[in-house]
Amino acid sequence: MLKDHAKLMQAIKVSGEIVGRKKLQKMIYIAKKIHFPFNDRFQFHFYGPYSEELTTRVEELCNMGFLNEVKEKKGGYFQYRYTLTEPGKEFLSLNEVDMPLLADCLVDMNEKSARFLELVSTVLFFEDLPKEEVMNKVFTLKSSQRYTEAEIDEAYQYIESLKAKIQ
Amino acid sequence: MTYSVEKLSEEKVFKDPVHRYVHVRDRVIWDLVGTREFQRLRRIKQLGTTFLTFHGAEHSRFNHSLGVYEIVRRIIDDVFAGRQEWDHCDRLLTLCAALLHDLGHGPFSHAFEKVFDLDHEDFTRAIIVGDTEVNKVLQNVSRDFPEQVAEVIAKTSEKKLVVSLISSQIDADRMDYLQRDAYFTGVSYGQFDMERILRVMRPREEQVVIKKSGMHAVEDYIMSRYQMYWQVYFHPVSRSAEVILTKILHRAKHLFKENYPFKYEPAHFISLFCERLTLEDYLKLDEAVIMYYFQIWQDEHDPILSDLCRRFVNRNLFKYAEFDPAKEYKKLAELTALFIKAGIDPDYYLVVDSSSDLPYDFYRPGEEEERLPINLLMKSGELRELSRESEIVEAISGKRRTDHKLYYPADFLAAESTDNDIKKQIRTLLD
Repeated sequence: MLKDHAKLMQAIKVSGEIVGRKKLQKMIYIAKKIHFPFNDRFQFHFYGPYSEELTTRVEELCNMGFLNEVKEKKGGYFQYRYTLTEPGKEFLSLNEVDMPLLADCLVDMNEKSARFLELVSTVLFFEDLPKEEVMNKVFTLKSSQRYTEAEIDEAYQYIESLKAKIQ
Repeated sequence: MTYSVEKLSEEKVFKDPVHRYVHVRDRVIWDLVGTREFQRLRRIKQLGTTFLTFHGAEHSRFNHSLGVYEIVRRIIDDVFAGRQEWDHCDRLLTLCAALLHDLGHGPFSHAFEKVFDLDHEDFTRAIIVGDTEVNKVLQNVSRDFPEQVAEVIAKTSEKKLVVSLISSQIDADRMDYLQRDAYFTGVSYGQFDMERILRVMRPREEQVVIKKSGMHAVEDYIMSRYQMYWQVYFHPVSRSAEVILTKILHRAKHLFKENYPFKYEPAHFISLFCERLTLEDYLKLDEAVIMYYFQIWQDEHDPILSDLCRRFVNRNLFKYAEFDPAKEYKKLAELTALFIKAGIDPDYYLVVDSSSDLPYDFYRPGEEEERLPINLLMKSGELRELSRESEIVEAISGKRRTDHKLYYPADFLAAESTDNDIKKQIRTLLD
């Protein structure tokens, strides 16, 4: 019952607080790509992998009162912070999700910037391509972010470090 | 003459109830329509199980694909032609991507994708770049043309303007399906002034933008999208049919894994069950094939599979109750226990369905760059996000509405039997 909702709640619980919708999207996408059982469907959008299902699920959890969303103005745009509420914690305690290694990975990701996670998720989206082609994709599709080769190398290393955590 | 610019000796037209006519002059487009992979779309309904609620909703992905092609053709031939920001060299690429954007959809694809962990976008790509008739036509344009078309459809092409014509928050795909679905379901909600929207679309480097003067037409489109979501796409009866369909597929897969001796070998499903589906296997699946299995599975010995198939084929659907997970999740646990006591498997007969289970969306202003919003082109040349200019759009994109329903077989619970007390308790909880 509401297993996919419970998984998302678990992700937010172990992360403590997630700041930014984009960051949340990328964290779940990366977790899914390294084989945590999230079922949200992602497609490539202008800003990288994005899941409408995940967005709606977050809205549902906010409407249920299981997630707390704080909207704050930051510069010229709005930013959202997500934490689990007490009723959310109670629900989760009755609907346990068994993903023991998730916390380690998400806490690590949560310390990274949304910009870097956007790069990591883009690299993962094109993971079947040779590195050179992935670089071309990043430079053309993400030209406005001005990622460097060093950052792309770092993204590859980061993916390996996450995979090592779940070995 | 080069194949990419070859024109038919005379224009071909398809009569279309939404756009009146779909016009084809390009040889490449005509050849693509004739391929077996594109013709297969005639056998896949655009709205899946919605025909069980709105009996007119029998239109196919073939109709819709031609519609999207026609809208894009009008935009680039009538509105963008001659504009500095539009590269005419992208014309054929854009038309092909519009025509083929749904090529990988399978039968009842939403349920299939959920149960068998498939993605129609992967199959769209596989058909375009694989050993298929579609690929042969595209290869005749140029060697890398299939890859270019596949990338536009996957939204990974560097030609962002072309991508945004086919896939964005105001694209030809949505403009066609809203009107087409409204027409075939018979509802009046999907109407908006598309002609006006097309006239105020302007090409920019990274996306299509809308002249400010066309804002009210876009408001109408956003409202139409909102109404169609709640009145048609999220109709509780269609969702009931979708729930049963999903459970049939789950049950058949489960039985196969348990080595259940099917009376009739489910030949078309075996590679799906074994997770070694080839493109050729996939192309053989259409809704006629699926309905054939649902017909014969009504006679299976497994009581759950046969019952679910009878329900789907004869439209004896599950009833539903409004469900508030925050307040009622403990009640759901109670109901689950009672269903088990009553001998009704809750995995198949007690189902929560949520708005996040639906493959349709609302307008999102993209406040944190999650999605590219609709941008209005102001007289000054500045771009402004739609909901910042339109109070109507701000109102419906700011207020989030979500929904959950609990589906169950009311007829099972009403049946006279020795465990009537348990069923009475269940009915009390559901009332």
